[in-house]
Amino acid sequence: MSERARTGRRGGSGTLSAPGTLNREDEGATARQGLLPDEPLPELAARYGLQPSAARPSPLAYLKQLWQRRHFVFAFATARNVAMYSEARLGQVWQILTPLLNAAVYFLIFGVILNTRRGVPNFIPFLVTGVFIFNFTQRSFIIAARVINDSLPLIRALHFPRACLPLGYVLIELQQMAISMVVLIVIVLGFGEPLTWYWLLVLPALALQTFFNVGVALILARIGAGVDDVSQLIPFIVRTWMYASGVMFFIPALATLYLHAKVSYLLQINPVAVYISLVRNALLTSLRHTVGTYQPYNRGLCEAQLAAVKAHPTANLAAIDHCHLVVGGSSLWMYGVGWALAALVIGYFVFWRAEVTYGRG
Amino acid sequence: MAAAEPLAKTMAEPMVVVDDLHVVYRVFGSKSDKGTAATALWRILRRQRRPSVREVHAIRGVSFVANRGDAVGVIGRNGSGKSTLLRAIAGLLPPEQGVVYATGHASLLGVNAALLDDLTGERNVVVCGLAMGMTPREVKDKYQGIVDFSGVGDFINLPMRAYSTGMGSRLRFAIASARSHEVLLIDEALVTGDAEFRVRSRQRIEELRAQAGTVFIVAHSMAQIEETCNRVIWLEKGQIVRAGDDVPGIIDAYLAATGGEPLVREGPKNPLTP
Repeated sequence: MSERARTGRRGGSGTLSAPGTLNREDEGATARQGLLPDEPLPELAARYGLQPSAARPSPLAYLKQLWQRRHFVFAFATARNVAMYSEARLGQVWQILTPLLNAAVYFLIFGVILNTRRGVPNFIPFLVTGVFIFNFTQRSFIIAARVINDSLPLIRALHFPRACLPLGYVLIELQQMAISMVVLIVIVLGFGEPLTWYWLLVLPALALQTFFNVGVALILARIGAGVDDVSQLIPFIVRTWMYASGVMFFIPALATLYLHAKVSYLLQINPVAVYISLVRNALLTSLRHTVGTYQPYNRGLCEAQLAAVKAHPTANLAAIDHCHLVVGGSSLWMYGVGWALAALVIGYFVFWRAEVTYGRG
Repeated sequence: MAAAEPLAKTMAEPMVVVDDLHVVYRVFGSKSDKGTAATALWRILRRQRRPSVREVHAIRGVSFVANRGDAVGVIGRNGSGKSTLLRAIAGLLPPEQGVVYATGHASLLGVNAALLDDLTGERNVVVCGLAMGMTPREVKDKYQGIVDFSGVGDFINLPMRAYSTGMGSRLRFAIASARSHEVLLIDEALVTGDAEFRVRSRQRIEELRAQAGTVFIVAHSMAQIEETCNRVIWLEKGQIVRAGDDVPGIIDAYLAATGGEPLVREGPKNPLTP
């Protein structure tokens, strides 16, 4: 084993072999000085039940450690949340102001300037829901990629399961999301959507989204810990994702996708689009009703309609109404659960595998 | 040997066993890299590795055993690998070769560990206490003790970045030592404290040792090492020059070798003991 390590270490400058020979003489020297017993050290360590200090716990033991530090995760999240606004004069008020301003910007551009509806019955609540839900995932990801490098002093000073840090950061975003939800509910009600029992579905939808965020945040935290370049890239990737997730439009109604059912399908089942749709369907009665009246996708009818439209071009979307592909209802929930589970399991193992390497210079 | 073994078992219980430890770390950024976007692009175009990655072989084959109740002083010049050794024992640096065995987790207390700089001392106490694995109840119970011990007073309600270096390291020491660690590693943490705090922290270290732990201390103050430690390891260029129980002897040899002022010892015991 030591032979393998020796050859493995070569290839660098070659200075490593020299100390290896020196070291043997040295061992003899220290042994004479009384800090070394006669018996081989690994056996001595084994006899007293000592463990290698840089060892990684088993996945299950790691989970237990995490559970044991749950109070730390909450305290860390709260403390960070307070610190985040400690420099601002308005302090915690920004927690409400940020989502409000966000909504105001989109209302100004899409509601007032462009005045677009894009095939959606009640566009502003539709848009704001998308923006808020997307923001939750976006902020979780951007912050997760930096979490290890931002917390180096803490990591280097104290021993705790490192997964606490990305968990804590997603928790901060969840707290922020809860405040945004209050703002969102006011906006949705203000734009004439009725309060229904369907609204309760927001809770499981957000829970699934949180699990998904945690999973991906764990992956990003590991990548970001190794390669700092990733945290530079993530904002761009996330922005592309935003346009692909139907934050500002209704994917099934996207005219350019009428001809590409598969693309439309893929866009609709992408995780963020799934969670956005779940929350929209829960909150927006108008949208739920519209989706219900869309014709189901029918390949034969669609092709016939497309041929007809090609022969006599028309601006009437209803002429190709069988080409809508709406992923809805139970299959949406299925995808939501699937994405959350997959992200959580993969993320957990990805992060756990590198546990002992975080925070090393 | 066979007869001595049961005796050794009752007398000394190893807490940390370091077996032929080598630590190599990679440093990014060196003088050859001008660090501009143009040079970086040029490097990528020519498919070169980052030239700035340098390997530093900081620990070159160190072996020793530290027992329950030991306070081990680690001495040596700047860059001799003292802090690296502590970080390796704490499991924060991967060994390139060799193994560090320890009971439980070793906790490293460094003077540069900033903890959560933008948070108040109060929140640092709570968050770090929980991070060390205390229950919320334990933290509540020990909170006042930690604050009193650190002696930061009203500053506890201010963000830690407003602290002086001394106050910061005092609070850090207070937090880290609030819990009995099986292995506590102290890296220059006590240098910045004033005389009064040094006496108190020495008492605390004695307590930790009495609570059946092992303490490692890195310090440049030989007087402090001699006051606190019953064992010394003298490192030079990542290797052990001398190690053993003869603390004054090794310190004198170290001071003679490095051209330091000889340590003045007043009386039989150390001068700071009340």
